[in-house]
Parts: sequence; C-alpha cells; structure tokens
Amino acid sequence: MRNRFASTFYELGAEDPRLVIVVADISPAGSIAKFREDFPNRFINTGVAEQVMIGLCAGMAQRGLRPFAYTIATFSVFRPYEMIRDDLCYQDLPVTVVGIGGGVTYSTLGGTHHAMEDVALMTSLPNMSVIAPCDPAETAAATRWLATQNQHPAYLRLGKAGEPDLTSNAVDPFVIGKLRRIREGKGTAFLAYGPVVKMALDLADLVEAQTGLPATVASAHTIKPLDSDGIASILCSHDRVVVIEEHVSHGGLGSRVKEIAWDSRASCDLRCFSLRDEFIHFYGSHEELLAQHGLGVPQMSAALGLQQSRASHIERA
Amino acid sequence: MQNSFDVKLAQRRCRAYRRRILEISQKVTALHVAPAFSCMEIVDVIYHAFMRRAETGWFDDAFIMSKGHGVMTQYVILEDLGVLPAEQLNSYCTPSGKLGAHPDLGNPGIEASTGSLGHGLSIAAGMAYADRLQGFDRKTFVVLGDGEMQEGSIWEAVMMAPNLKLDNLIAFLDFNDYQGLGRTTETHPHFLPMSEKLCSFGWESVDVDGHDSAALVDAVQNRTGDRPLFLTCRTVKGKGVSYMIDAPIWHYRSPNKQEYEQALAELEDVESVGA
Repeated sequence: MRNRFASTFYELGAEDPRLVIVVADISPAGSIAKFREDFPNRFINTGVAEQVMIGLCAGMAQRGLRPFAYTIATFSVFRPYEMIRDDLCYQDLPVTVVGIGGGVTYSTLGGTHHAMEDVALMTSLPNMSVIAPCDPAETAAATRWLATQNQHPAYLRLGKAGEPDLTSNAVDPFVIGKLRRIREGKGTAFLAYGPVVKMALDLADLVEAQTGLPATVASAHTIKPLDSDGIASILCSHDRVVVIEEHVSHGGLGSRVKEIAWDSRASCDLRCFSLRDEFIHFYGSHEELLAQHGLGVPQMSAALGLQQSRASHIERA
Repeated sequence: MQNSFDVKLAQRRCRAYRRRILEISQKVTALHVAPAFSCMEIVDVIYHAFMRRAETGWFDDAFIMSKGHGVMTQYVILEDLGVLPAEQLNSYCTPSGKLGAHPDLGNPGIEASTGSLGHGLSIAAGMAYADRLQGFDRKTFVVLGDGEMQEGSIWEAVMMAPNLKLDNLIAFLDFNDYQGLGRTTETHPHFLPMSEKLCSFGWESVDVDGHDSAALVDAVQNRTGDRPLFLTCRTVKGKGVSYMIDAPIWHYRSPNKQEYEQALAELEDVESVGA
C-alpha cells in the first residue's frame, strides 16, 4: 500500500503542480524519493515535528496548493490532533493526512506505534473524510480521488507494504462514499476495511465450504462519509452480518453498523470483531498481535461456528 | 511607505480604535480589551504601513492574528478600512452577527481561524511557502502573544521557517509580559532574551517598542531581508487606559459605565479637541 501510494502520488504530482507532500521524518522510499529528487520544492520534511507539518499544510491549502501530510499513523493523528481539528477541519481545507501503519501494523514497536483509535478520532471531526483502502489497488484509487478533490480534509489510513491484491475481481468499482462489494453472496455478509479484508475473504471461503452458499464480502473503504444506505441494504438482505476491523470497538465501523442496524430495524444476526479496549504489551508479527485480540481466522471462525478447512487452518505452536 | 506613514495620524487612529473597542465593550461582557490594546500600534502599522491592497479591495498581503484574543484590534481596523461593515461589529458575539471573540475564517479580512494558541505561525509559514512556490509577490504578517510562545508548536514553526527561507514572513511578538495567571517573565523566568533565541534559530530578529509606530515601521524597513523577520515588540497590556495597565482582570472584563467614561476621557482625540 505504501509503495502504491508513493507511485500514484508521483504520477499525479508530475502532472499537477499543486500537489505537495510534507513528511515528518518518515517517508516512503521508491517513488517519493524520486518525487523529492524531481520536485525538491514540493517535498518538505519538517523533521520530528508533526504540529508544524499540519499547520504548514493548512497554510499551503489556503494558498491553492493540495498538500498531503505523511507519517506513521500515530504521529499523523494523535500528536497534531488539535492542528487537524482547528487548522484543517474547522477551516475546512483540502489537505490529506496520511497515516502509514494504521492499526497494529508496527507490531514489534509497542503501543506508542499502534494506531488503534485513529478512526474514532478522525471520524468524530466535522468536515473530515476517512478512507481506509484494503489493498494496493484501492490505495491507488483513493490517492487519485484525494489528490483531485478540492473540498475538504481527509484521512488516508494505510497499512504498510506487501499487502496482497484483494479486489481485482471485485463486483463493484471503487467509488468514494460507497460500500464496495468484492464478492456477492447470500446468507452471510462480511464488512471490513483495511488489510483485514483479507480475513473476511478467508472466512467467506469457510462459510461457502460449510454451507455451499457464497458469502458477501464488502470493503467499507470510506468510513466517513459512511454509506449508511449500502450498509442498511446489506443488513436487511442477509441473515448474518459480520464486521471485522483493526480498531478498538468503540467509534469504529462496528459501532456505526450497530447504529445503522437499529435505525434500519434490521433483524439479522450481527457480530463485530475488533481490537479490544486494551493496550497491547505483546510483541510478534502483525498477525500474531491481531490474534492476541481475537482477530484471527481461527478465532473468528470458531466464534462464528465455522469449521476450519484443512487448507485454510493456520497452525500455531 | 515609510515616508508616507504619518505617525501623528497613526496615534489618532489608534486612540479612535481604542475608543471603538470600548464602545463595543459596553454591549457585551466577554471582551478581551487589554490584550487588544497592547497590540494596537503593531496591527495598525501592519495594515496602514505594509499591507498592500488591490483596487478590488482585496489585500495583496496577508495578516494572521495568531493571538486570537487580540482580534478586536483587527476588527476595528478592518471596519475603518471598509472591509468589515459597522453592523457586524455592532452585533459582535450575538446571534445576529458573525464575529466572535476569536478570528473565524470566512469573515471578511480574516485569513485564519485562531483562538487556540500556537497555530498561527505554522499556518503563516505554509502560506508564505506556497506564495513563494507559486511566484506570488505577497508578504505574510503574523502577530503572536507572549504566552503563546510557550507552545511547542511555535518552536516547531520557528525552527522550520528559516529552513524554508521564508523572507516573506514577518512575525511580531506582542510582548506585554502578561499571560493567564500572571507575568510571563515570572511564569518563565528565562523567557528573555527572546531576540537572541530567534536569532540562533536563523531568523533576523530585533527588539522594538511595540507602541512606537515609527520605530515599528523602521524595524521592518531596515531589515536585511534575506530571512524571516521576528520583532520582539515590548508592549503594555491595557495600553491607553491608566487603570487597565498591567491589571490582569482586564484580560476578560468589560468596563462599567463609570470606568468607560474615564477611559474615553483618557483616550480623547486631542487633535480635534485642540483644533
């Protein structure tokens, strides 16, 4: 995702002189390094200083530029949060805040580097859009939209590098503000955003193996403005809806889907899997950290009463 | 600009602006009178000596009141310049108006929404950088408060502006030596020297009397000009009204009828009285 963001930004920035990237001592290699070489005036590194990163972007947006602020999600959201609120949202400026390593991607760096509450914070802000693509292709599409929209601030929540492509055969195209069905099925539907959409697809395979019915899987890449109608439609047309998110349970997709379920008088079985309301004092791979909070295919399939097929079962010591 | 800047006229203007602020203070209780008075000459000089204005009425240069609680000074000057209509000032802080106790982007002449301290310098630096990048001949002026200088974000911007070679950025520190709970130099005994601090960060930095309009104009005019400029302007909180001077209560309080009349008497337009 990081690399696709960088290559898309380079491609767009080469065409549009309004695009500027302001980083705080964290920058993607590859295409952004090339962008820095080719357009040195449109790459700014503030060093380890995130508040001025956001403030500079605000001033530049007021003068007609289209800045992207970029660093690790915890530092792009938590540290300069008041600047995001006052400078970007209150003034309603078209600045994109990019958070790399959303969720617990940086699994060995400890809780200071886990962005577990970023979606709750960012979606609570008026004027702010929150976009969390699930794979490199959605990252490119989101970046393209963010670079050309001239209206409002936005938060782009990315994973890291090396995520698999999940959407090449998607049923729906990527449209900002619309729930995107990757697979269409019946009976069970999975809603997720970010790289954990992969787990939803794996669970959907288990559902199909067990029931013979394909399950619906949708990428809720636009968490704000959320496609309430699309979610209500999924809730009302499936017997069971499962939300998976790499975020604490409050203020994320799961709690929003529950609100929509109430408002739309949905009667399906609704299950939400998320990170727990706890800091993580555990070190290991990204998958191992997620599994600590129950976000693993084995744990979720057990909770959903699905049988693990031999092929998809992840052996753990 | 310097030659055409009439200091006597500036003094009369500033007295009139202070009277206008006091007039508004009789309609609403929550008003930052004293912090507006301390930056009066600074903002007057910015608008009347330096801000260029196109025939369309738009300013060619930019001004940000980073110490947002000083905005009343900006409002009365914008009113005088015909940018803000009188009815807007008369409906200040009421549901029928649009002006609040801090600047709000979208109101005529207001370039940034401030009020929370420590934001204005970064925004101003972003504007100045964007102007340079796009080849716009525009200067960005910003007024900072001394309490505000304690925000870490200010120092992030202080460190960044010279890196970006922002010679089109001019910051005025309204050093009235007061903040919420007392004197700035008592809250932070090492607050001074300030100019040396800025100098060491790569700014051109000078000290100036913040109520001496001619000195303020000179300080900007005589700059070297190859770096961002920082003026530490020594000011008096409540300047212009004897009982408000250095009395912290006037950060928030509006004068009662008797106090109002005394203040008006002290701020009488001596020129017109003598004429």
